[in-house]
Amino acid sequence: MSLALPAAPQQSSRRQLLVSTALVAAGAAMLIAGMLAMWMKFRAGSPTRESSDGLRIIKDWMPESITIPEVAANTMFATFPFAALMAQWAVYSAKRRDGGHRSLALVITFGLGIAIVNAQIAIYLQMELGLAEGAFQTLFYAITGTMMFLVITGMAFTAVTFFRSIGGRDDDQQVVSAHALYWYFLTAAFTAVWFFVYVQK
Amino acid sequence: MTTIDTHVGATTKANGSSFIAAVGQWVTSSDHKKIGRLFIGWSLIHAIEVAVLGAIFGFERMSPSGLELIAGDAALQLSWYSRHLMILGLLAPLFLGIAIAVVPLQVGSRAISLPRLAQFSFWSWLFGSGLVLISIIGNGGPGGGNGDMVDLFLMGVALVAVGIIAGSVSVATTVMTSRAPGMSMDMVPAFSWSALVGSITSILSLPVAIGTLIYLYADHTAGQVAFGSNKEIEKWLGWVYAQPMSFVFIVMALGVLAEIAPVAARVRQPLRPVVLIGLGLATSGVLGAVTQSSHTLNLDGSSSDKISSTLPFLLFNGLPLLGVLVSVAVALLALKEGRPRVNAAFAFAVLGSLMILAGVAGSFVQHIESANIVTTSFGEGVTAYLVYGSVLCALGALTHWAPKLWGVVLDDKKVLGLAGLGLIGTVLAALPLYIAGFSKQPAHAVFGFDYDGPVALWNLLAGAGAALVALVVLAFVGLLVQAVRAGAGATDDPWDAHTLEWSVPSPAPLNNFAALATVHSSEPLLDAKPSQEVPA
Repeated sequence: MSLALPAAPQQSSRRQLLVSTALVAAGAAMLIAGMLAMWMKFRAGSPTRESSDGLRIIKDWMPESITIPEVAANTMFATFPFAALMAQWAVYSAKRRDGGHRSLALVITFGLGIAIVNAQIAIYLQMELGLAEGAFQTLFYAITGTMMFLVITGMAFTAVTFFRSIGGRDDDQQVVSAHALYWYFLTAAFTAVWFFVYVQK
Repeated sequence: MTTIDTHVGATTKANGSSFIAAVGQWVTSSDHKKIGRLFIGWSLIHAIEVAVLGAIFGFERMSPSGLELIAGDAALQLSWYSRHLMILGLLAPLFLGIAIAVVPLQVGSRAISLPRLAQFSFWSWLFGSGLVLISIIGNGGPGGGNGDMVDLFLMGVALVAVGIIAGSVSVATTVMTSRAPGMSMDMVPAFSWSALVGSITSILSLPVAIGTLIYLYADHTAGQVAFGSNKEIEKWLGWVYAQPMSFVFIVMALGVLAEIAPVAARVRQPLRPVVLIGLGLATSGVLGAVTQSSHTLNLDGSSSDKISSTLPFLLFNGLPLLGVLVSVAVALLALKEGRPRVNAAFAFAVLGSLMILAGVAGSFVQHIESANIVTTSFGEGVTAYLVYGSVLCALGALTHWAPKLWGVVLDDKKVLGLAGLGLIGTVLAALPLYIAGFSKQPAHAVFGFDYDGPVALWNLLAGAGAALVALVVLAFVGLLVQAVRAGAGATDDPWDAHTLEWSVPSPAPLNNFAALATVHSSEPLLDAKPSQEVPA
């Protein structure tokens, strides 16, 4: 016999996608944080030597022959907030049930994602690093490659959200909000990578 | 006869196609109960594997020549495989499986949140486990001689971790978003609460392991310039398979006791918020685990040195011990206030939790530097207490929820006997390793240490204990299969329980609830039993 419990009223939206995206973003943040911690551990543990004038202590972490293309790196850094802004514009439009602007915002977000990936490829091509040339090179490829994987995941999320948008899912605010949340996370994660890998090196 | 032949042929054909259909249903099902049972089934196979490996290691370490079951150069790889199986092949997926199967029912949801993600979780974990096994067979893993197989090992472990994270996201989202109307977070059943805590800590800690694996993989394929040789993998990845990381996965075992104790005592759980806080504290050590450092207590040096050693030690080793102590003690407080009836599920849960307590207390002692046992087999004893204790709790959980998962009630007397044997097996498998640790037997070493004194006896006992645990798990699975084949129908609420899952028929139907209920307390079913005298 099943016990009769009082019936429930109509349930409100459960925001499953938003919550799960927040959890995934938290996990991915730990991934990047862990990798950055390892980066800093290696950097701190790298051998030191005096400069030729004897005035400075130099860490032999990043080989002197390597130059990080700062223009491309800074362009990426500046592009992420714009992508997040466009994702937020999609949320604003979705709340107003403005399908046209929502789709346009998603297309721009995707385009900015392509620009970010393009900038990263430009950095790889200009630096001409060999993966096996040293600890710096290996760690550099591993952490920036992981960051790019997360960006491409974000672009896939954008594409899915866009196709749902042009498919007429006007009541789909939660997906657009979850998508924006993920791009906010990407912006925060890249800010950390930019500071520790590209600025502090 | 002709009629029968035709019928048999037709039946055979139908059976053949229905078999394929059944396999297809299991492979593609997004029913959380099926996904959970897949996790549980494979994890129990791994439980037997772990215990058999434990027995082999015990017997092998009885003398310098041992039984010669393990070739010298394979010892490190097999030891690693055993450690991997214990934590990511058994502890994590076993409780994740139970959580996936039970949590939606407990919180009053018709399905698990993101069911395809839960399904992906199982297949990713299983595929990754397969890769790990293949890599070990192919001379891979830490210390392996085949570079490609070492890469495969790293990839397999990463896939396993991804699977566990995916399942954890699904479980945590279910608890946070799919609760029955009226069920606030403080009304979430104790097991579901522990599943939420365990899932969130998994989501926050395992990605750090994945980051390490990405580095190791990149470095290993690129000439090993940063992280060293194959043997160095242990240095970078060892924390995933040690304490306090394993505390993340034992919290659900404690949740089983917190769930079953008040049902066995037939009262509402006294001091329930304290139990929930205790479960949360038990996982606090994960903060120390992700720093990938061993936070030992060293009281040498200046006052400032003492403080900087004592604080992290207490935070990452003391707090989990306090959490386990509080959650076990307060859960058992229910017995004092109620009219307890000792059944097999409760016996398994309470004995398993006490074993876990012995393990966490052991971990606390192990991290005191003056005890001088940090790198000895004492740590193996800690892991054995935690893993086998958690397996006992899991068997209790399976006994408790068998009516909902399989529609059967297991023979209480037989399972009670297994609980007793499980206790003996766990103590035998773990306690001698504690003693051997004080005799300076090195951790995870099979050969090449000092065999003087009663080392043979300690290792013989540890091996015999592990073998006994394997037999207990095997016998339990046998009893379960026997009950399922006999088809003994379970009633809807055979334990006179408190939470929502017991309001639906046994076994729980697809979509769980015909109609969603409104909940007003943490024991909604107890509220709906007006004849029951319930202490406030």
